[in-house]
Amino acid sequence: MLNRRAFLTRSALVGCSLAASPLVTPVTFAATPGDHRLVVILLRGGMDGLAALAPYGDPGFAALRPDVQIGGDGHVDLDGFHALHPALRPLLPLWREGHLAAAHAVSTPYRDKRSHFDGQDILEAGIADLSNGLTRDGWLNRMLQHMPGAGTQTAYAVGSDALSILAGSAPVGRWTPEADLALSPQALNLAEMVMRDDPAMAAALAEAYQLADSDGDALAVGGGQAEMMAMMREDMRASRQPGAETRLAEFVAARLKEEARVAAFSINGWDTHNDQARGLGRALSRLSDTLLTLQAELPGPVWQRTVVVAMTEFGRTARMNGTRGTDHGTGGAMLLAGGAMRGGRVHADWPGLAESDLYARRDLMPTRDVRAHAGWLIRGMFGLEAGVIERDIFPGLSLGTDPGLLA
Amino acid sequence: MPFDPILAEIRFGCGRAPALAAPAGPEAMLAGLSAPDAMAGRFPIEPFETFLDRMAWRTEKVKERRKARGTPDFEAIRKELQVQNRIARQDHWRWMAAHLLRRTYSETPFRERLEGFWADHFTATGKRGLIRRATSPYTESAIRPHLAGRFEALLFEAVTHPLMVHYLDQERSVGPNSERAQRANGKVGLNENLAREILELHTLGVDGPYTQTDVRELAELLTGLTLHPRVGRHFKRDLAEPGAETVLGKSYGGDAPHIRDIKAVLRDLARHPATARHLAWKLAVHFVSDQPDPALIAAMETAYLDSKGDLSRVYAALLYHPAAWATDAPNVKLPFEFMSSACRALAIPPEVLLGYNERQFLVRVYEPLRLMGHIWQRPNGPDGLDEADSAWITPQGLSARLQWAVTVPRQLQPDLPDPRDFVETALGPRAPDAVRFAARAAETRSDGVGLVLASPAFQRM
Repeated sequence: MLNRRAFLTRSALVGCSLAASPLVTPVTFAATPGDHRLVVILLRGGMDGLAALAPYGDPGFAALRPDVQIGGDGHVDLDGFHALHPALRPLLPLWREGHLAAAHAVSTPYRDKRSHFDGQDILEAGIADLSNGLTRDGWLNRMLQHMPGAGTQTAYAVGSDALSILAGSAPVGRWTPEADLALSPQALNLAEMVMRDDPAMAAALAEAYQLADSDGDALAVGGGQAEMMAMMREDMRASRQPGAETRLAEFVAARLKEEARVAAFSINGWDTHNDQARGLGRALSRLSDTLLTLQAELPGPVWQRTVVVAMTEFGRTARMNGTRGTDHGTGGAMLLAGGAMRGGRVHADWPGLAESDLYARRDLMPTRDVRAHAGWLIRGMFGLEAGVIERDIFPGLSLGTDPGLLA
Repeated sequence: MPFDPILAEIRFGCGRAPALAAPAGPEAMLAGLSAPDAMAGRFPIEPFETFLDRMAWRTEKVKERRKARGTPDFEAIRKELQVQNRIARQDHWRWMAAHLLRRTYSETPFRERLEGFWADHFTATGKRGLIRRATSPYTESAIRPHLAGRFEALLFEAVTHPLMVHYLDQERSVGPNSERAQRANGKVGLNENLAREILELHTLGVDGPYTQTDVRELAELLTGLTLHPRVGRHFKRDLAEPGAETVLGKSYGGDAPHIRDIKAVLRDLARHPATARHLAWKLAVHFVSDQPDPALIAAMETAYLDSKGDLSRVYAALLYHPAAWATDAPNVKLPFEFMSSACRALAIPPEVLLGYNERQFLVRVYEPLRLMGHIWQRPNGPDGLDEADSAWITPQGLSARLQWAVTVPRQLQPDLPDPRDFVETALGPRAPDAVRFAARAAETRSDGVGLVLASPAFQRM
């Protein structure tokens, strides 16, 4: 099989470089809006914050989670009160360097129905409830609308899901690294022509051309059918291998080294109704690999200006259910990583775990809105005014006191 | 807009086909739903009842293997289990091919589209092991025979089906005061997953008039419903929560728990006005437009309520309504609709697709579909595929469609048509000039055919 490197050389010889081709609208490299980088990772399915970051110092904890062991192969103590899930152990160096923090007993304002889909809609829309229906844009997109100089390359939605957090009127790049295009120059030209009268498709195609041309292999190929098939096979082979999230993180890091300042993607697999010990460990390992990949791929000075926020639609029940899992709950945890963080601490107004302290006597009581933490972050990173955040980005939010998240 | 035969093929069928006639009118389309199921005979998919034999065989073999640990038989049993896995994996691909070929050759394509819609509405899949291959057998047995009857029949078949019971964790849910819970001393308990999704996704809709209490009561009422590897759908009384439960203000069940109680609550949920509204809206969004005409939804809702959820009456209300034929904001085809309508327009020979080995199928069908955004029978969640066009018209999704359209049709149809003729086959007199031009101007047949398939006129419905 043709390997990618050989293919690149070949297409450089016989194909035409699209960067120099009149087919593609030249990219506008707008002045970039500041130097900070924000990556939002959506943990879809509802991460169990009480297992990821066990508040073992609470007198009620052991009764709720009798299986959690501190020390040995079990959870790792962080600060005498919280302990990190063993699958997150590789993140301990980040914690010690002050590049990893967490917020506990947080949630969106979503309550009671505990639906993944509504919960994720609210998390991504950044709104308080759905009584007036869902907004058609996501809060990260609204943030971009307030960033002077934000252009088509400023933000990326990465991976194959919809990521409504970035949907909206500000232009956003969407890509997954294994998608690719390799067509004859004329076919590329004609495809543009047939889509010209369909604005949505024309815009998606123009962006696809830019991305396919910029992700390491050429877009226009001269070799014909056999080469195209070989390239498709190659892309698909890579996509079947484990560590898909790591590949997303590599792509995100590559964009952040360039013009991109904002990126979002998802990690699934948190809906641990059964045998949580297994499923949650796997999901946390993927999160840990993703964070470490971002750190490894970003040059030091860029990492120093980076914040990665991992947030989920809700936490899970405080007690284990009848099937060694947890059901949909309310309060949970968010993880915050990056060189720009003032890490090594867990931010929480801790509500306690006695039955009377729980939300509806079943879930961890949320004492702070995840949007407030996100709001303080973007205020500090991108200089957005509090009024803009409370009115436009997270409508109806009260930012409250500064939790001091950033270094 | 009145009925239009070409739009009927594209919007409510599986696309145009060179050798198959367009429907004469709504009446013919509806009659097709009760016509003999020729496609199921020609491109068979294993019914779930047969698939159960595989599950039962496996359960026995796994027991045998446990007993044989440390004996010479162990290795042979392990091999047998491996072989069974491989066969199931291959059948899984073959069934996907059968779904494609049914859409390619059906003379009653509205049936295939409805099966797609309801299979997605009742999204279910296996989470581990052999049962991961059971989605097509589930669709074949629980969905396909019930497309045009009362919704309550479809609802009962789908949500109490062993695959759904497994997918939404019902098999593990035990009444907190059941005999089993008392024996197990608190080690087992209730799981609300299925109850929640029945209310939120399958019937009332997320805006429906239910509370967390209704979810919990319904979950308690559902206890007892489980699956059995030999018999499939199964009600075990010792798992059931004793006593009556109140759902939406009405009491169900009593001291002798029975699956009848579950049937009763599902019937009432099926006939609820919120369910009528939810389903009418969802069908209109799926078939017509992301922003369907409210009058269309209202007509379908009325038909639903008047007929106590007779789906064929709801489809009639859809097909006879002028707003169903509006062309100002057409939907984008979902990836599988796109791919299958291309197969239909190309009239791909069944033996080519059925002759593929697993790797060929993966590279030409499964993986391209995944890049278009649809992971076949691996849903992100029980809400299934996104109905919003914006979820599919992304640079990545469009790029995957374009690349597939130019590259793969020649593999599927060795006798690729002349692109200039193919424009007419695929689009008919509606073909825009730009598409005709591209078909003429393309350097190769594959490019020409691919550009027709990638054109908005083909991708929209």
